[in-house]
Amino acid sequence: MNRIDTTFKKLKEQNKKALIPFITAGDPNYTTTEELVLEMERQGANIIELGVPFSDPVAESPAIQASNLHSLQGGTTLTGIFKMIKKLRTKTQVPLVLMMYINTIYRFGTERFFTLCAETGIDAVIVPDLPLEEHDEIEAYANTHGIYPIHLIAPTSKERIASIAANSKGFLYCVSSTGERSSFGTDMDSFFATVKQYSPVPYAVDFGISTPEQATMIQAYCDGIIIGSSIVKIVSQKKENSIPSVGTFVKSLRDALDKA
Amino acid sequence: METKAGRFGDFGGQYVPETVMSAVHELEQAYAYYKNDPEFQKELAALYQNYAGRPSMLYYAEQMTKDLGGPKIYIKREDLNHTGSHKINNTLGQALLAKKMGKKRLIAETGAGQHGVATATVAALFGMECEIYMGEEDIERQSLNVYRMNLLGATVTSVKSGTRTLKDAVNEAMRDWTAHIDNTYYLIGSAMGPHPYPTMVRDFQKIIGQETKRQLEEAEHTLPNCVIACVGGGSNAIGMFYDFIPNPSVRLIGAEAAGHGIDTPLHAATITKGTKGIFHGMKSLFLQNEEGQIDPVHSISAGLDYPGIGPEHAHLHHSGRAEYTSITDQEAVYAFEYLSRIEGIIPAIESSHALAAAIKIAPTMKSDEIMVICLSGRGDKDVYQIAKYRGVTIHE
Repeated sequence: MNRIDTTFKKLKEQNKKALIPFITAGDPNYTTTEELVLEMERQGANIIELGVPFSDPVAESPAIQASNLHSLQGGTTLTGIFKMIKKLRTKTQVPLVLMMYINTIYRFGTERFFTLCAETGIDAVIVPDLPLEEHDEIEAYANTHGIYPIHLIAPTSKERIASIAANSKGFLYCVSSTGERSSFGTDMDSFFATVKQYSPVPYAVDFGISTPEQATMIQAYCDGIIIGSSIVKIVSQKKENSIPSVGTFVKSLRDALDKA
Repeated sequence: METKAGRFGDFGGQYVPETVMSAVHELEQAYAYYKNDPEFQKELAALYQNYAGRPSMLYYAEQMTKDLGGPKIYIKREDLNHTGSHKINNTLGQALLAKKMGKKRLIAETGAGQHGVATATVAALFGMECEIYMGEEDIERQSLNVYRMNLLGATVTSVKSGTRTLKDAVNEAMRDWTAHIDNTYYLIGSAMGPHPYPTMVRDFQKIIGQETKRQLEEAEHTLPNCVIACVGGGSNAIGMFYDFIPNPSVRLIGAEAAGHGIDTPLHAATITKGTKGIFHGMKSLFLQNEEGQIDPVHSISAGLDYPGIGPEHAHLHHSGRAEYTSITDQEAVYAFEYLSRIEGIIPAIESSHALAAAIKIAPTMKSDEIMVICLSGRGDKDVYQIAKYRGVTIHE
């Protein structure tokens, strides 16, 4: 069983929501990324999303763009990230998801990429510039190696929601259109109702959540929340010394989810 | 040429975030409808004629022909279009489509500023709001065009991310589109990006080749032996090539930017040095490293300073139907000065790459053969940059 399924099953039994933080791999270096993963797990993160840095991350917020650039300037490579993950897997069984652009996979060699995912212990891959129509670029390779290709849906997906949801494994990734959002519109009710209707898997929400209050509010709509830019911002500021601050922030979100 | 919708052989596709997929589909459906709508085509033809000034002239370059001592040389004068380049063909087409779709706001990326000016122009014409994304470095290189866009009522937004050039402007425009897809139309300036853009932009530009074919038939009663165009994303080239693709006797030659030279890191020669990748919505050829990171590129020409190429060109290269050569900054500047002196026509630095290729190829051809060069734009915008390259200081 994929670690993601196990995690969501366990959470459901405990009547808890998944906390899924995102950090950019290799920003500021591999060692810090490793320590951050372990600390976030300790403070209650259930699944960790690792961004593989790309020169032109078109779907990311300015904070994550900058973080991608820092990481690349520090010499981060996909091979280096796989080495780091192999090491991490000796210390934790937390589900690890790679968030990356299709060109990185394509250029690396799709078969070789998924082979290494399986060998090092990656559970799923999210490719923001690979819509359902182009998913056959990775689908068969991912399936062969037991890696979940996670699908994204947005409020703009509308009539596409049903077919995307039907193809989902692991969890469904709900994203807002703007990357960062401060208010939460009422049209969200109908969006999540549609998602709930069609999704055979749990669904998590990445709507620019940056405070425990927002986490409390949004958790009611979904099975998990994804924390994108806000942790990345802390890491960008405090670099190697960000571990305690990130830990405290993750803990505050965990508490907010569990209290709700 | 498409093997399935949006594919040219293995190239093309729709590799964009889910957040813009519904907008891409909306556009795909609208274009599929309007391209076969006689009323739309009639309105566009009227705009081409009355507003852009089409057909553009096919000019026999007698002095150049004599000087180079090879084939008869004709120049397709896209530089004489309203706004000074072929870009207006595409912006009129897409803005008319945007209007039919009920969009109120146009956004675009621009490198040299020609596409930005052409977009700002049609936005003014159709009474639409307009925002142009332009790399900070390009804004410095093309301040005159920035002012032109402002005059036309557009907002020019400086892009400070990444390499601060065309590819980063595309990234920002894409982000804007993602955030405002309800009222906003993204007017891509080249035959690139996700389907339907490469096909649609080519369709709006193919009038270049259609006119050329007809005009040369009238003048010489024959097909040309070769047509030459510069290639950045590749819109003027695909526009010139398209009608000649079924005529195997016509050599199709694209001239891309070799910058300081293709053996230096400072070039933008995507076909010569690029590898297959997936970026900006399409599978095509890109300048990238082994890790798939997109390389910074260089060309004296902001309009050719792009690390990718439209998917139809990648396919034409792959199938061998078109050939692609690369021209250095130095060769392009020489051609810029050459045409100015010999024919009294100041060409755009982009188009000067096609002229430089022509200067190289002409001596290998016979005197009873015919060469057509696509002069995609005029060079007024480049005068300051060329003076600087030559070490001459101009005070405006």
